[in-house]
Amino acid sequence: MKRPIVDARGLHKHFGALHVLKGVDLRVAERELVFIIGPSGSGKSTLLRCLNRLEEPSSGRVVVDGIDMLDPRTDINHARQRIGMVFQSFNLYPHMTALGNVTLALRKVAGKPRAEAERLGQAALERVGLADRAGHTPAQLSGGQQQRVAIARAIALEPRVMLFDEPTSALDPELVGSVLEVMRALRESGMTMLVVSHEMGFARNAADRVVFMDEGVILEEGPPAKIFERPTHERTRAFIGQIQRH
Amino acid sequence: MSGGSGWHRFAETFLNTSVMLKYLPDILSGVLVTLELALLVVVTGIAAGLALALLRSLALRPLNWLIIGVVDLFRSLPPLVVIVLIYFGLPSIDVAPSGFVSTWLSLALVLMAFSEEIFWAGITSVAKGQWEAARSTGLSFGQTLLNVVLPQAIRLTIPPLTNRTIAITKGTALGTVVAVTEILGQASSAMSNSYNPSPLMMGAAAYLVLFLPVVVAGRFIETRFAWKR
Repeated sequence: MKRPIVDARGLHKHFGALHVLKGVDLRVAERELVFIIGPSGSGKSTLLRCLNRLEEPSSGRVVVDGIDMLDPRTDINHARQRIGMVFQSFNLYPHMTALGNVTLALRKVAGKPRAEAERLGQAALERVGLADRAGHTPAQLSGGQQQRVAIARAIALEPRVMLFDEPTSALDPELVGSVLEVMRALRESGMTMLVVSHEMGFARNAADRVVFMDEGVILEEGPPAKIFERPTHERTRAFIGQIQRH
Repeated sequence: MSGGSGWHRFAETFLNTSVMLKYLPDILSGVLVTLELALLVVVTGIAAGLALALLRSLALRPLNWLIIGVVDLFRSLPPLVVIVLIYFGLPSIDVAPSGFVSTWLSLALVLMAFSEEIFWAGITSVAKGQWEAARSTGLSFGQTLLNVVLPQAIRLTIPPLTNRTIAITKGTALGTVVAVTEILGQASSAMSNSYNPSPLMMGAAAYLVLFLPVVVAGRFIETRFAWKR
């Protein structure tokens, strides 16, 4: 792999007595879509959150787009603009309109004047198919629409990597498709993506690589076809069997 | 008084027109003092409470202990005790605040203490995900607090804050103990000068005129800001 865009090495994370990440190495190439799967409590979300330092790793090294995220001299707020994140529970700001949600960081972090921020914000909403919902507040939007606004909020800053933490888990089944469609379009535009999710169908079609995590380590990884059809480890096989049976 | 009805006797004593006309200017000047005092207390008390809550969100241990200590102290002391302590106590260290200043300071400190707790409860009740979403886009701690968390927190705090503010503002009447010529002070001295309780009725009317609109506005604000998430 030539210079990876995400390069995490030897990541450990302790929550008190709980050892959640036990030495994780993960490298992601530009334009790659990496799917992270594994049982709950295996450390998938924590790994994702260590990459933009929402969670402080106990030890290890994280370099994103050439920036050492754990270096105390790094301006973390500046670095985070390059790493978009989408959450399971959307986390839209309820007191702002969709456009307000998308433009806040453009104005306050990227320092764009209001008019330009609104133009960029509108374009981002357009990309997720919600240009006509710019003036709606989150309470006036469906779950799927809220999550798409959350994606627009992240991509408006033109990040180099997007992290998705179970983006469809809180959605009613009929709304999942619209979010996956946006993610697929994003992938086609060349975005580097790390996705923690149980959407196996999407993983099969869209992922370049599937990483299986268990008990704080990466147990195995490979192309979707290999992980889903010929996993090496018994635990992977058991997990995939459970997921597919539902 | 065999001919006078009960109501007539009541009116003669409590709503005596000539007494009321005589003392109306005094009561009106009392209204001005109360209004001034109330506005000062509300503005400074709430501003100080908000400032303390913001400081507390920085999560600096020793500072937070100090804030909690001060807040708990002023929440437990009766406002009257604080007024008396400031008015009669401070002169012993060569600071001699007037009755007006003592009352203002005391009530502002009490309102500060209660509003700090209310603002703090509001700030902590904003979901953690809001902080995470904002920080993940690169907003700093302060930017997140001001643009994302505080606007939501303040909405939650408006109903309890309105109630508390009304309760404490009525405490301006305590200023009468330290010779502040606010409504109640004016009314009671007029009452002793005229041997008639009618000025007290005027005082009560003045309180109604001043506070009823605030109470009604508070009710309106409560419904207005109760927004669904």
